[in-house]
Amino acid sequence: MSKKTKNVAFIGVCTALALVLSYIEAILPPLFAAVPGIKMGLPNIIIMFLLYRRGPAAAIAVSLIRMLLVSLLFGNMMALMYSLAGAMLSLIVMIILRRLNFLSTVGVSVAGGVSHNIGQILTAMLLLETAELGYYLVVLTITGTVSGMLIGLCGAALIKHIPNKI
Amino acid sequence: MKEKENTVKRYVRNDILLILCLVLIAAIGLFYLYVLRDHGDTVRVTVDGKEYGNYSLSQDITEDIYTGKDGEYHNRLVIKDGTAFMESANCPDGICVEHSRVFRDGESIVCLPHRVVITVVTSGDSNTPDVVI
Repeated sequence: MSKKTKNVAFIGVCTALALVLSYIEAILPPLFAAVPGIKMGLPNIIIMFLLYRRGPAAAIAVSLIRMLLVSLLFGNMMALMYSLAGAMLSLIVMIILRRLNFLSTVGVSVAGGVSHNIGQILTAMLLLETAELGYYLVVLTITGTVSGMLIGLCGAALIKHIPNKI
Repeated sequence: MKEKENTVKRYVRNDILLILCLVLIAAIGLFYLYVLRDHGDTVRVTVDGKEYGNYSLSQDITEDIYTGKDGEYHNRLVIKDGTAFMESANCPDGICVEHSRVFRDGESIVCLPHRVVITVVTSGDSNTPDVVI
């Protein structure tokens, strides 16, 4: 199998995995009853793994394809805009932090989780033209940190244990 | 080997610093939001950034908010016992309906799909000077 074919197959499998994780996340009960709509970001385990194993391009590709597919499958184009803004900001932050090389996967993932939330809230503030949403940022900083830690630990385990040959 | 161990230690230390900073920021924010803030007295409803209406928190009401081109989007705002909540809505995610009741100054419930925001405010807090006690 040529290297290119192998790469295409690999990205495909990763996208499928990320998609399944999105679905699992959607059917799980809500994490935090007081402020609904908060998600763990399970698919980001795959994104973290890709970022460290295959570099920024693969991580961005899988992230974008997953979001497009999720919005097509579960039909919410409005939500796509928010996820896009959040995901792009968090990917940029994570790519830069990984380059700077002073945090472990857990730290990078925490920064990614928090910046994801900031990106979404900023988009919502711009679209709705209200500053009041800042209230959500406080709660989202905490949930972003906690889920970032969990995602980072899972990602680190994958990076460590999945053989390099794949 | 020793060098590798040191790098790992440095990573972990930086990670912990980052997490502590974020937790500290959040703690200050929470303190500000939940301890320093008083109960508001008015619920302001905005749709798409434009003001839709103001409702007093001291009066129990049920207000149907119709938005969208032909009023096809519906959110039912209920004010009861000094708290406000979204009783029902026909938005796809239903997040606004699940949101807990709001009553503190500055708290809000957002319905992103319908672009409806309800915020608790203290009436006249922006255009009258603070009362000196």
